[in-house]
Amino acid sequence: MTDTSTAPVAGRDRSAPAAPPPVTRKDRGRWDLRERPELWMVPAVFVVVVLVWEFGVKLFDVDAFVLPPPSAIAESLWTQLTDDLFWGHFWVTAQETLAGFAIGVVVALTLGTMISQVPILEKTLMPYIVAFQTVPKVALAPLFVVWFGFGLTSKIVMAAVISFFPILINVIEGLRSADADRVQMLTVFGASRSQIFRMVRLPTALPFIFAGLDIGIVFAILGAVVGEFIGAQEGLGYLLLQTNYNFDIAGMFAVLVVLSLMGMLAHLLIRFAQRKVAFWAEENRVIGA
Amino acid sequence: MATQPALADGRSTTGPDAANWIDVSGLHKYYRPRKSEPTHALSDIDFQVRRGEFISVVGPSGCGKTTLLKILAGLISKSEGEVSIAGHAVDKPLPEVGMVFQAATLLPWRTILENVMVPAEIQKLDKATHRAKAMELIDMVGLTGFEEKYPYELSGGMQQRAGICRALVHDPAVLLMDEPFGALDAMTREYMNVELLRIWQEKAATIVLVTHSIPEAVFLSDRVIVMSPRPGRIDEVIDIDLPRPRELSVMNTDRAGVYVSRIRQHFNAASVID
Repeated sequence: MTDTSTAPVAGRDRSAPAAPPPVTRKDRGRWDLRERPELWMVPAVFVVVVLVWEFGVKLFDVDAFVLPPPSAIAESLWTQLTDDLFWGHFWVTAQETLAGFAIGVVVALTLGTMISQVPILEKTLMPYIVAFQTVPKVALAPLFVVWFGFGLTSKIVMAAVISFFPILINVIEGLRSADADRVQMLTVFGASRSQIFRMVRLPTALPFIFAGLDIGIVFAILGAVVGEFIGAQEGLGYLLLQTNYNFDIAGMFAVLVVLSLMGMLAHLLIRFAQRKVAFWAEENRVIGA
Repeated sequence: MATQPALADGRSTTGPDAANWIDVSGLHKYYRPRKSEPTHALSDIDFQVRRGEFISVVGPSGCGKTTLLKILAGLISKSEGEVSIAGHAVDKPLPEVGMVFQAATLLPWRTILENVMVPAEIQKLDKATHRAKAMELIDMVGLTGFEEKYPYELSGGMQQRAGICRALVHDPAVLLMDEPFGALDAMTREYMNVELLRIWQEKAATIVLVTHSIPEAVFLSDRVIVMSPRPGRIDEVIDIDLPRPRELSVMNTDRAGVYVSRIRQHFNAASVID
């Protein structure tokens, strides 16, 4: 995206009343604490919660097997992060998540495009898709372990299946959402179906697709961990069960922290890609006379 | 016989003489909704447009003026009659036509220059020459410096000017305009009218403008087609004999006032306030 921080060029705009330039966040400084109080309020909430938790646990003498203090969790987290064994588990789950997500994305994009472009396919397949969507996918995990074994494959399949649906629904909805006036405009200038798809339908669908990817990646992590719960010898889900069996509650929390950081990182990466690729979606409320 | 036009795709047209640049004869349009009576949207429409002429179509809501324009654009089919533009029968969108819409309808993910290039891209015309043409048009409408901006960075009037550039970039034989300034405020609208006359003269364009503003039609046109509803038909075709080039002050003259009130009488007769 070009620089929006500069006001529109004072060109030869001879139309009498030009609309005021859209005010963007950059105009006022991204890191201005008065304009964006969330910049200090978010860390403040974290500090307050941690302090209340730490001293509450000590004050009421809560058993560390029930709720360990944040200091114990931090200590456990540090031990884990400096242990190669832990990173082994981490990479296993990361691989399962990414491989499953990739498969889910490819299948959802292909199928979604076909369904949105071929009416008979939509009519035939949609009832099955809706029916299958209502199945709690997590309940399929034991079946996948039976079919694909205790290795990575069953977790990849689980991650793929569970991340596939939100992406598929968004692809179909997005490709359907093209503005009729824009399609008509291209038609007047002689555009073919494939040109209309490329020039309007696909760009219109991009913000939807990214919304699907955003949900999908988090679901993929969920799928991988659930798969590891059912039967695995490695991975963060497996580690979570191990710490649980050993009554290492602080260790469990440490793994949970890592899992949520993983999810947040993936979410931020997708948001970042969205802002680069579908940059207009944030601003398009300003469009139109 | 006028000199043959240079069409966007380099085809030479055979036969269309400049007096029948747009030729509509015996045109009827019926809509046949499934569960109700068919509507007679257009009844026996007959008119010709000279090459280089500026013609406006006015009429109360429901008189079929937008339907007529969409038939010229090849967007909807006719029920009966003949429609041709520059010698080509219109049964689908023709590459010889450029169109400006009610809303600018720019693509938000494209820069102004990329938006203006849309018709050239669709019709796979030479990129370099049409890029130069697009820059020229952008300069002509006073948008120089905005080529690399995105639509949301422009005001409504500026967006519509980009829409006009887009309609002209492939050198269309005819420019169709569907209430192009309806969404603009009064000041911008008057200014755009003056701009449009300048563009029309500079490009020697043939323009069919659908509008619901009677003064706008009088100010811009060589002829005004007045339509009336149920069924949509031509009531009168009025020659606007005002000197050219025109300035906004021409609208204060008695002659312009006579044209305006003459057209308005048709609206009153139809007892519809548009």
